Amino acid sequence: MNYLGILITYIFISNLILTHFLGLCPFIGVSKNTESAVGMGFAVTFVMSIASVVTWLVYTYVLIPLDLVYLQTIAFILVIASLVQLVEMIIQKISAPLYKALGIFLPLITTNCAVLGIALMNITSNYSILESFTGGIAAGLGFMLAIVLMANIRERMDLEYVPKPFRGVPMAFISAGLMALAFMAFDRVLLTNLLG
Amino acid sequence: MNHELTKGIFRDNPIFVLLLGLCPALGVSSMVVNALGMGAGVIFVLLGSNIFVSLLKNFIPPKVRIPSYIVIIASFVTIVEMVMEAFMPSLFASLGVFVPLIVVNCIILGRAEAFASRNTLKNSVLDALGMGIGFTLGLSLIALVREFFGSGSITLFPVGNFDGVIRIPVLNNFPARILALAAGALLVMGLLKAFFNWLTDRKERVRI
Repeated sequence: MNYLGILITYIFISNLILTHFLGLCPFIGVSKNTESAVGMGFAVTFVMSIASVVTWLVYTYVLIPLDLVYLQTIAFILVIASLVQLVEMIIQKISAPLYKALGIFLPLITTNCAVLGIALMNITSNYSILESFTGGIAAGLGFMLAIVLMANIRERMDLEYVPKPFRGVPMAFISAGLMALAFMAFDRVLLTNLLG
Repeated sequence: MNHELTKGIFRDNPIFVLLLGLCPALGVSSMVVNALGMGAGVIFVLLGSNIFVSLLKNFIPPKVRIPSYIVIIASFVTIVEMVMEAFMPSLFASLGVFVPLIVVNCIILGRAEAFASRNTLKNSVLDALGMGIGFTLGLSLIALVREFFGSGSITLFPVGNFDGVIRIPVLNNFPARILALAAGALLVMGLLKAFFNWLTDRKERVRI
């Protein structure tokens, strides 16, 4: 599959949040206003693209040669956890404004299942290293798209009347459901029509 | 003592009250059998990690506690993965990527950090059982609603002559397919959460 195909697949067709339910916790938790949603989106995209490459390298050059594929889960989560820590420290050193913007979101990303999810999916899809990188970026952008749309919807909803039991989280889920329904318009057929 | 066990099932239900561990809750909730399988896996990992964290709480330096918890959890998840792949290959295939993702299920790390790291072994075991059962019940409830209306059937484990699938007469022919889709999971979750909010609200009003 070509790179454009991977991008479209993970941003629209199999959006991690809306079709795989990965990364729902931050999706519901950090989508109360647009500003923090954008920050979270960038932080996730950043970590996902790096994590995809690093986990691919670990899988191909460490786990396979040593015949330790069954340790994949442990290895990946450790790589991601230390990567997030490293990224946090590097950003803190080199760019104060960037740290201010992304800093508070980074620790939350370790337990964002979307990051581990895309790393595992890259491996199951037999992607090459560049394809994994594209997959990581695309998944991150898809996450950002969904969370920013969601934040906008929720900001509007604050101004509307919502029956009491539905206020807050239940309404967020229902809006996400309707969004997922809308995203179903993007399917494989669309992809083949677009790319031939 | 009983409180530690029951709080996870109702008052602090991980899915509907704490809103933890939602990714697997929705991802595997299209069939009841998947929900039960996932629930069993989570109970096992939760129990194992709570026991180990509780036993090691005085030896783990506070600075590296989160990575240590993650290693403990990941080891138990790997055990679940291997056992499931060996003995229940079809379940393993249908749960797919969600089995390794138990590692990042926030409910497990959450209980290790918030409960097992500061409580006795016995209470940690009870807490793990309660939370695990609460998680499984919540998950199964979502799966039950989705499968009942979305495919008009309820899939359980096959026993003897019984193939494990209960078919609902009319719904089986005219299922509301939307509930079986990804969008349906989110809708059902929202509606159920609203229902539980309404229930809690009403209970409080009665008390006043």
